[in-house]
Amino acid sequence: MFKNKLVLYITGFLISIALTLAAFFAVVHPEFFHFDSTAVLTAILVLAALQFLTQAIFFLHLGPGSESRWDVAIFASTIILILIIVVGSLWIMNHLNYNMTPQQINQYLMDQSG
Amino acid sequence: MNEQKSEDKSIFGFWVYLMTDLILFAALFAAFATLRNSNFGGPTASQLLDVNNALAETLILLTSSFTCGLALLAAERNNRGWTIGWLGATFALGGAFLTLELAEFSKFLAQGASWQTSGFLSSFFTLVGTHGLHISIGLLWIVVALFQIGFRGLSPFVVSKLKRFALFWHFLDIVWIFIFTIVYLMSHV
Repeated sequence: MFKNKLVLYITGFLISIALTLAAFFAVVHPEFFHFDSTAVLTAILVLAALQFLTQAIFFLHLGPGSESRWDVAIFASTIILILIIVVGSLWIMNHLNYNMTPQQINQYLMDQSG
Repeated sequence: MNEQKSEDKSIFGFWVYLMTDLILFAALFAAFATLRNSNFGGPTASQLLDVNNALAETLILLTSSFTCGLALLAAERNNRGWTIGWLGATFALGGAFLTLELAEFSKFLAQGASWQTSGFLSSFFTLVGTHGLHISIGLLWIVVALFQIGFRGLSPFVVSKLKRFALFWHFLDIVWIFIFTIVYLMSHV
């Protein structure tokens, strides 16, 4: 039992370090993989998602075999809430930005500063 | 049996707290994502943020998460010496992380890039500062835990407390991964 847990922690640690260095390398040397900026962006977001899964499985011990299903259930509903907050905010704010002309923005800023 | 049940309950309660904390961070991330380009004539994210420093902070925090897990394993085996040793290592690494972060903040302030400069900097300081505040509370928690282990030994109460601390620390690590990706790396793409 102790050995199993120790192996889990060491594996998780090594994977998380590797994922961090990979994401860093993709940003600092994109020419190495012939990546354009969209590819780099996709790569680091995928690596962050993998990193998140690594931490959840190896450090927090979540997953299908988890001891308490309630932990996982409340975790999943939190993720849904977060997606609503983040995606919703970005969606609304981008539309507001898009629908405001530069003149309107300048007028608004002048009104604000009196 | 009863003790086991109440420990499960207290860990579940703490887990619920962590999830609400995660929602707080999500709101701060959403604010940062909408304001990241609103630099109001001040420095932009790519001019200001240093990825090398952020990489060092990330590696330090990942290692501290690992040593924190090892401390919990030692505590479950009732090994007092190693528990104290790994907790001490976690404290040192957490302190190093906080030092790097505060050094970065004071560098920005010296350049005149404060939270009052632009929407980008307000949201940057709020998001990264809230995480730093959590880390500081975690460091305080380690000190209290070390005293309790010193005076009371590894009683079931103390071990249960360490389990909650480990959850808290791993959670902060996860939040930092997203700060590293969304705040630091994405500014340099």
